[in-house]
Amino acid sequence: MSVTGPRLQPTIFERSRPGRGGGKIPHAPKDALARVPAEHLRATPPALPELNEPELVRHYVNLSQLNYAVDTGFYPLGSCTMKWNPKLNEWAARLPGFAGLHPLAPDALAQGTLQLLWELEQILCEVSGMRAVSLQPAAGAHGELTGILMVRAYHHARGDHGRNEVVVPDSAHGTNPATATMAGMRTVSVPTAPDGGVDVAAFRAVLGPQTAAIMITNPSTMGLFESRIEELLEAVHAVGALAYMDGANLNAILGRFKPGEAGFDVMHINTHKTFSTPHGGGGPGAGPVGVGPALLPYLPAPRVLREADGRFRLERAGERPTSIGRLRSFIGSSGVLVRAYAYLRTHGASGLREVTDDAVLAANYLKARIAASGAYDIPFEGPCKHEFIASAASLKKKTGVRTLDVAKRLLDHGFHAPTIYFPLTIDEAMLIEPTETESIETLDAFADALVAIAEEAEREPDVVTSAPHTAPVRRLDEAGAARNPNLRWRGMTGELAPCPD
Amino acid sequence: MVPTDRRYTKDHEWVRVDGEIATVGITQYAAEQLGDVVFVELPDVGRALSQHATFGVVESVKAVSDLYAPIAGEVRATNGELGKAPELVNQDPYEAGWMIRVSVADPGEVDRLLDATAYEQLIAEA
Amino acid sequence: MAYGPHTDADRARMLETIGAASIDDLFADIPAALRASELRLDPPEPELELAARLQGLAARNRTDLASFLGAGAYRHFSPAAVDQILLRGEWYTAYTPYQPEVSQGTLQSIYEYESLISELLDLDVVSASHYDGAAATAEAALMACRATRRERVLVSRAVHPHYRATMETYFAGSGLRLDEIPLVADGPGAGTTDLAALEALLADEAAPVAGVVLAQPSFYGLLEPMSESGRLAHAAGALFVAVVEPVSLGVLAPPGAYGADIAAGEGQPLGIPLQYGGPYLGILGCTDALVRQLPGRLVGMTTDVDGKRAFVMTLQAREQHIRREKAASNICTNQALLALAASVWLATLGPHGLRDVAAIGAARASELEAALGAIGVERLHAGAYLNEFVIDVPDARAVHTRLLDRGVLAGLVLADAVPDDPSVADGLLVCATETTTSADIVAFAGALAAELGR
Repeated sequence: MSVTGPRLQPTIFERSRPGRGGGKIPHAPKDALARVPAEHLRATPPALPELNEPELVRHYVNLSQLNYAVDTGFYPLGSCTMKWNPKLNEWAARLPGFAGLHPLAPDALAQGTLQLLWELEQILCEVSGMRAVSLQPAAGAHGELTGILMVRAYHHARGDHGRNEVVVPDSAHGTNPATATMAGMRTVSVPTAPDGGVDVAAFRAVLGPQTAAIMITNPSTMGLFESRIEELLEAVHAVGALAYMDGANLNAILGRFKPGEAGFDVMHINTHKTFSTPHGGGGPGAGPVGVGPALLPYLPAPRVLREADGRFRLERAGERPTSIGRLRSFIGSSGVLVRAYAYLRTHGASGLREVTDDAVLAANYLKARIAASGAYDIPFEGPCKHEFIASAASLKKKTGVRTLDVAKRLLDHGFHAPTIYFPLTIDEAMLIEPTETESIETLDAFADALVAIAEEAEREPDVVTSAPHTAPVRRLDEAGAARNPNLRWRGMTGELAPCPD
Repeated sequence: MVPTDRRYTKDHEWVRVDGEIATVGITQYAAEQLGDVVFVELPDVGRALSQHATFGVVESVKAVSDLYAPIAGEVRATNGELGKAPELVNQDPYEAGWMIRVSVADPGEVDRLLDATAYEQLIAEA
Repeated sequence: MAYGPHTDADRARMLETIGAASIDDLFADIPAALRASELRLDPPEPELELAARLQGLAARNRTDLASFLGAGAYRHFSPAAVDQILLRGEWYTAYTPYQPEVSQGTLQSIYEYESLISELLDLDVVSASHYDGAAATAEAALMACRATRRERVLVSRAVHPHYRATMETYFAGSGLRLDEIPLVADGPGAGTTDLAALEALLADEAAPVAGVVLAQPSFYGLLEPMSESGRLAHAAGALFVAVVEPVSLGVLAPPGAYGADIAAGEGQPLGIPLQYGGPYLGILGCTDALVRQLPGRLVGMTTDVDGKRAFVMTLQAREQHIRREKAASNICTNQALLALAASVWLATLGPHGLRDVAAIGAARASELEAALGAIGVERLHAGAYLNEFVIDVPDARAVHTRLLDRGVLAGLVLADAVPDDPSVADGLLVCATETTTSADIVAFAGALAAELGR
C-alpha cells in the first residue's frame, strides 16, 4: 500500500487559539508560588499552544497517517532489521507494575523487574556466548562507547597506556570510528578484500602494541559471514589487543554462531534490530553489551545480582571499584528491555533458530530473484546471510538513473526504500534486508517493483529521476534546509489566554 | 579545461598567485563531487598555515571534506560572502567562490604543484 | 514460529529458486570450528502463557505505596489522550525518517518538539533529543570544550550524582578534566553552589574553564544562583551550562533568561512513565552561535519541488554517518517516540495546565513541609525550593526501611545516594507532585511520627 491521500497538516502552533483546551488538571491555589522568590520565577509564561482535545487528537492522528511504518508495509532496510514489532510487547511494557515503578525504588519493591532484567541477561549471554551482559546502554552506539571504554580500562589496568588505536574495516558503520574518537582513540581503517571479507594481511600490517581493539561487524556490512574470522581474532589477540563485535547483524547468526565462543571479547546487541523493539521514528532503542572474562571487572555499574535465597538486588555503590562507572542515569531503558524479554521468551531456542534461518533464506531468495532479472549488479554472487547488496552502477551508466532515484520510485510502488549508499565501499549501493517476518508474496512484489523500475529507467528515465510522485510530499530542498536552517517555529497565532490568576 | 592562470593540488584545491598574495579555492570537480555546498568553515585571519595543513571544512548536504592548504603562508583574508551564500562554491568555484587569501611563504612551493594540464589528467583518470 | 509467515511450501519454493538443497547449505560459510553450541534456552512460549508470566512479574513490583520519591524521575499525571496517540502503529513502528517524503509525520512532530522545548528553555535551538538527562549533560560539557577549545569543566556538587558520574565516564575517554564546585556549608545558603569557590576555581589561568555546569532546581531541590553563576562563567571566558527540569520551567525562569549558553535535562517528567529508569528523554539545547557543535539529529523546515512546506533532517554533516571519526558524537538514534510523548503531553496540557502541574506540586510540597514540621521533622536546608527538599531524620536509612512496611516510600536515602557528602548523611530527599494527595501526606507524617515516637 502507498502513503497517499492523507493531507499535510498545519503545525500545532497554527492550530492554537487562546483559551482552547484545559480541563485536565485542576487549577493551582492562588498562593502556591508565594514562597518562591520573584527572581526565580518566569516573567512570562511559555508560549505553548492551546488546543482542545479534538483538535489535538486530529492533529496527531492526521500527522501519523503521513508516516510509512512497519505496521503499514515492508522496509527492506539493510543493517536495520525491520522485523515485525509484536503487539504483546506493547501490552507488557504498559503493565502498571512495570510502567509505574520508580528507578530508585528500594530493591524490595522492584523484585519483578529485577528478576526480568536478570533473566534477560542470562538469555542474552546464552545467545551471544558471552559471560555477562550490561543492560545499561540506551542504544547501539551507546553500547559501542561502553565497550571501547571497557577495553581502555582493561589495558590501563595492566599498566598499558600506549594502546590508542582502534582498527576497523573501511566498510564499517560510521558509529564505529565516531565511538573510537569519543573514547580518546584514533581510528585506522583497513581496505576490504575483493571478496567482501576482511583482508587479514592488511589488518596484520597495522596491528601492534598501539592497538587497543578491532571493531568488526559479523556478518559484515555487505551481508557476508567473515569466514576468515578465526585467523583475524588470532592475529588480534597475538598483539595483545581485544576484539569488539558490532552486533547489528545478529539476526543472521542466532543459534549458528556465538561471538563469545568464537573469541570476541565484547559485543553490543541492538534490541531494536534483532529483538523487535520498535523504532519509534528514530528511537528509543537499547544496546546491551556482552563481555567475555577479560572485561568482566569493568562492566558499568550497577549490575543486577541474584542472591542465594533467590532474591534480586542491584550492586551497591562502590561494590565493584573496577567498573568503568555509569554511562547514563539509573539502570537502563527497562521499558525497552521488557519488550525484548517478551520477544525472546515468545521465540525460545527453536524460535530464534527459525528467525535466523528464515531471515537468511528470504535474503538469498530475494537476491536470486533480482540477480535473475539482470536489472541490477550483484557485486557478491555467493550465498549471502540476512542481507545483500544490489547496485545501480550499470543502470546509471546506461540510463543516468541512480540508486537515489530507484529508492524514490520504490516509494510510489508502496515500499520503503532499502538502505542506500552504504556501505561506502560499493558504488551506487542498495543494502537489502527482508527479515524473517515478510511473506513470500511481499518479497515477490518487491522484486517485481525493482525490476519494473529498472525497465522504466530505460524507457522513461524522467519519471524515475523525478520520483516520488504519489507520496504526501515530493523531493525536498535539503540544501536550502541546511543553508538557512529553520529549526524552530516562531510566532504563535495571537496571544495566550491570560492566566486566571 | 580548467583555468590556466593557476595551479592545482591532488586534493582538488586551486591556488592563484597575484604578487605576494595567493588566493585559494576548490575546483569545479570537487564542488560537483560534494553536491550542494551548505557551509564552509574558514580559519581566522592571521593564522599561519603550513603546506598541506587543514585550513577548514566544506560541508554539503550529504558529505563533508577537509580543506588543505596548497602552500604555506599566513591567512590574510577570508571570503565573507560564503557565510551567507555557500552556494557560490558550486556556482563560481574559481572566482566568486574563492575561500582564503594567504601570503606566499615559498614561491617554489607553487611551482611544484600541478599545472592545468596535469590536473585535467588527474581528474580524467579518476 | 510466532510471527513468521513461511509455510514449508514457501520455504521449498525459495530454496528451489536459490538452487540450494537445504537451509543448512546457506550457512556453509561458517567454519565448522566456529559453529555455535546448542542454544540452551526455554522452548517458545505461547502468548497465553507468556502473558501470565509477564503479569506475574509485574505483580511482584510494588507501586502501591504513598511515594515521595523524585531525585531525577517524577510521577506526573498523563491524560488518556496521550497514550491513545502513542499506541498508533504509524508512530511507534515507523523508522528513522531517512526517506522524508514518507515520514512527514515523524519529521513534523520532531520539529514541533524542538520548537516546544526551545520555548520552554528560551533558547534558539534544541536537538531532536539525546538518550537521557545524564548523557545530554555529558554531551553539553563536551560541547563547551569543543566550542571554547578549552579542556576543563566545572560541575556543581549539587548536580545529580548520576549525571556527574556519567560526565566522569565520558570525560575519562576524552582526556578532559572535570572538577567539582563545592557547596555552601552553613548559613542561609547551605546546600547551594558556593559562588566564592566557583570564582576561585575560574581564576586558575593555567587551567582555563570551558564550561560551568549547575542544575536548577538542584538535586537537593534548592533554587540556585543561576544568573550570578552565569556572569562569573562568562567573565572567565567559559560557557554556562544549565541542567533543568522541564515541568519546573512552566513557572521558573528559563535558561535563556539567566544567560545559559547550553541547557540539558531530563524530559521524563513531561508525562513519560517511570518504567524503572527508561527509556527517557535527553533534552539538549543551545544558542544559535553553538548550533554546529550540537550533537544529535536536527529537523528543519523546507519546501518540496512543488513548493509545499515540509520537514527534513538537516545539518547532517555534523553527524557520525558523514563525519565518522570526526563527528562530535557517535549518536545514531534519538528518543523520537519519547519526544513525541512529551510534545503530546505539553500540547494536551497547554501553558496553563503546565503551570498548574508545577504550582500544585509546589503547594503540596508546602503542605508536606508543614505536616512534617508539625511532628518536629524539619528541612535540612533553609533556601528556597519548588517541590523537592531534604528533611533531616536521625538514622534515616533505618527509618526509611521501616516506613516501607507502613506503606510509605519516604523519598531517597541520601547516605546511599551521595555517600561522600557527610552533611546529608541523615537526609531524606522528598518531593511532591500534583499526584501527591493530602491523604498521602497525612499517612507519611503519621507513619514517621510513629517511627520516631512522636
